[in-house]
Amino acid sequence: MKREELIKELEAKAKILRRDIVEIVGVGLPGHIGGSCSAADIVAALYFHKMHIDPKDPKKPDRDRFLLSKGHAAIVQYAALAELGFFDRSELKKCKQLGAMLQGHPDYRKTPGVEANTGSLGQGLSIGLGMALGLRLNNIPRKVYVIIGDGEMAEGQIWEAAMAAANFKTDNLVAILDNNELQATGPIKERFNTYPIKPKWESFGWHTIEINGHDMGQIIDALDAADETKGQPTIIIAHTIKGKGISFAENVPEYHNGALTPETYQKALAELS
Amino acid sequence: MNYTNQRTAYGNALVELGKQNENIVALEADLGKSTMSYMFQQQFPDRYFEMSIAEQNMASTAAGLSLTGKIPFIHSFAVFATGRTYDQIRQTISIGRLNVNICGSSAGLSDFGDGSTHQSVEDIALMRAIPNMTVFCPADANEVSKIVKTMAAIDGPCYIRINRNDYPNITAEDTPFETGKPLILKEGSDIAVFTMGIMGTKALEAAKALEGKISLKIINISTLKPLNAQAVIEAAKNCKAVITAEEHSIIGGLGSAIAQALAKECKPIEFIGINDTFGCSAHNYDELLEYYGLTAQAITDAAQKLYK
Repeated sequence: MKREELIKELEAKAKILRRDIVEIVGVGLPGHIGGSCSAADIVAALYFHKMHIDPKDPKKPDRDRFLLSKGHAAIVQYAALAELGFFDRSELKKCKQLGAMLQGHPDYRKTPGVEANTGSLGQGLSIGLGMALGLRLNNIPRKVYVIIGDGEMAEGQIWEAAMAAANFKTDNLVAILDNNELQATGPIKERFNTYPIKPKWESFGWHTIEINGHDMGQIIDALDAADETKGQPTIIIAHTIKGKGISFAENVPEYHNGALTPETYQKALAELS
Repeated sequence: MNYTNQRTAYGNALVELGKQNENIVALEADLGKSTMSYMFQQQFPDRYFEMSIAEQNMASTAAGLSLTGKIPFIHSFAVFATGRTYDQIRQTISIGRLNVNICGSSAGLSDFGDGSTHQSVEDIALMRAIPNMTVFCPADANEVSKIVKTMAAIDGPCYIRINRNDYPNITAEDTPFETGKPLILKEGSDIAVFTMGIMGTKALEAAKALEGKISLKIINISTLKPLNAQAVIEAAKNCKAVITAEEHSIIGGLGSAIAQALAKECKPIEFIGINDTFGCSAHNYDELLEYYGLTAQAITDAAQKLYK
């Protein structure tokens, strides 16, 4: 497939994911719209292009792994898994219902395609490190992709994992920072400033790549560049917009875990049609 | 008496297990020479991960290794292996029901010199409270290898509590071990004494001291969870009263578990354990055990009080 066609196709997939995010959240109940939409393009590039996975054989050993360390954005992953056929799309509407396959945060035992229980923030990168070490021991040349949030960079364990991954030279571990600049209560720079970001990761021994996290071409190129990195882990610092794709939710902290009204629900769907 | 060491037994057991199963991996937080995980490192350097002084990362990394088919054992002092890593153990390892095995070494008061920060009085309580977790405390060094093998075979998280110091063996090398099965160390008819870890030794001493006066039945509990309640009721059936003895807080440990199991039986019960307080430093282990009332004398006194 030509690059332009691929980009177009992935952009269309990202739109589907965003529409599904809105439909999963529905009307009246809160849902993590903002951080799910900011990660949607990255998730689309990984699931529909980059990762070697098989929905018919979700546990085959020879597969790439995806972890959502910022587990509250689970609905964007659920949308991707449903689109790929890991489970029936009808499950999306039942998300968070009592007894549902799709929980509020990713559940390894309940949802096909989910690789680990995440959501207690700051832990996903360590889990990814363990997977990267395990794949290396098993001589499986696959990668582990971990999406981390910029808010959770305040968690100490992120930096424990960052040090350890550099120490173990796990070049099969790729972190993608969904750098949407907002945490639950407001702008990161105002609430608890974790900047500058890139020099921190560089000093911890990581190969860093900085991109626009909504530019599909840049996302693909960064993921390919991570393949070429040897002897150190890679972090792709993706500048994103919280709530991206839904005009009234963009950069609005209230949509971190906000509810839609019948009107805003329709407006969001119309914007994403 | 033949004194042996649970830590050495643990290191040997892990090496033996590693020889039998190449999926066994070990992670350490810079205490390998205390926990004896370094023995595994010497045999299998490629399957040993020095995670340094970062226990939280160690626990979550073990989760990841488990998810690629490995069977990790993680190590630290019990207080850090359960407390520092509690959330990691809960969130990914236990909710995910992963075969990650946690070795809490230098447990209880056995790290006598280091004081309250390094002595675990609540590790069993913490681990018992987590769904999906299996909790072991070996009676002695002889039981350690049997439990380590069992942990690897259980498809879910397990915790083992390891004592730091040399202590007598109270079971034989060929005593069968079965998860959840209470082990009768001595038959008796008046009072059932349930013990955990080194308190089995103390209870046997107490039984000897009371010979001819009060007959103590000594039952060791190595599987704190799942506790076989029916077997506990059965073991205490013919006795008029019950004593529990543990080197752990009386809140959430053996005493709590036994009391819950026996609640409907309404037998008089005495709890010997650490009375809702932290540890402290001492120059030797026995001195510390005596300070906290974890002695044969305490069991004798409790028996006499109950037998009146």
